[in-house]
Amino acid sequence: MEHHNVHDPPPHSGGSQPGGVMNTHGPPPPQAQQLPPQMFTTAAQLLDLTDKKLLLVLRDGRKLIGILRSWDQFANLVLQSTIERVFATITNPKDPHPRGVYADKSHGIFLIRGENVLLLGEIDLDKDDDPPVGYEKAEFGLVEKLANEQKAAEKARETKRIKKLATLGFEGENMGEILL
Amino acid sequence: MAFPIQYHIATLYALKMAGFWTFFKTLIDHEVTIELKNDIQIRGTLKSVDQYLNIKLDDIQVVEELKYPHLSSVKNVFIRGSVVRYVHLPAAAVDVPLLEDATRREAANQAGKGK
Repeated sequence: MEHHNVHDPPPHSGGSQPGGVMNTHGPPPPQAQQLPPQMFTTAAQLLDLTDKKLLLVLRDGRKLIGILRSWDQFANLVLQSTIERVFATITNPKDPHPRGVYADKSHGIFLIRGENVLLLGEIDLDKDDDPPVGYEKAEFGLVEKLANEQKAAEKARETKRIKKLATLGFEGENMGEILL
Repeated sequence: MAFPIQYHIATLYALKMAGFWTFFKTLIDHEVTIELKNDIQIRGTLKSVDQYLNIKLDDIQVVEELKYPHLSSVKNVFIRGSVVRYVHLPAAAVDVPLLEDATRREAANQAGKGK
């Protein structure tokens, strides 16, 4: 795994010349804002997030919160002090102002394979202590049970929809897998 | 749009070399909406794009925020390119004739290679 440190200077040395891969012939084409090409690597994007508290959403819909400690070019990630947060609504799904419950479960260190990552979000520490609007903390077992029920219902709905679409000749991009 | 001619030539060349990656780089600092394959839509300022079209957005706002409570305390996101369905572009920031021209050249180039 690539060794890196958040205290390393960002990889900008020699970055005054724009163009990167494109400047093999002739003068380097100017980029819109003259940004160094090193800014546009996976490494540069993830370096900013290293040692920060992040929210990670996985392809199966799981939400993990932890501190990003290491990563590589595939966005394989190591999270420290990971907690899993589950959400469940307790109002009708069509309600414009849904209310719900959430709960946390502590997991420790996770190594996550990049292909399962949907997105990574940096948590604003000023807002971190406020629960999401309309949601309150509840007991994990209860929330998990509710969330699983809702996920199963959603899955059944989606399966039905995909089947119906398939009879009409449509094929979805994630047939058989539901992304939440 | 009133870009200097040098910019046009450079952009065309760049598009030919690196396609959409370079195109997205011209949209840095513009507001875009990313629609993911799980239907969530996130609007924010495009901060960075890499070769896999992984995208970094700043000052994010989630469309239908109440449906996605887990993103309420998140300020910027890194989205894996493989899960993006659409990028909604700001129409004013896209030079359509330029893109069309670049695409034709790329197609011509590919056809030439095929022979």
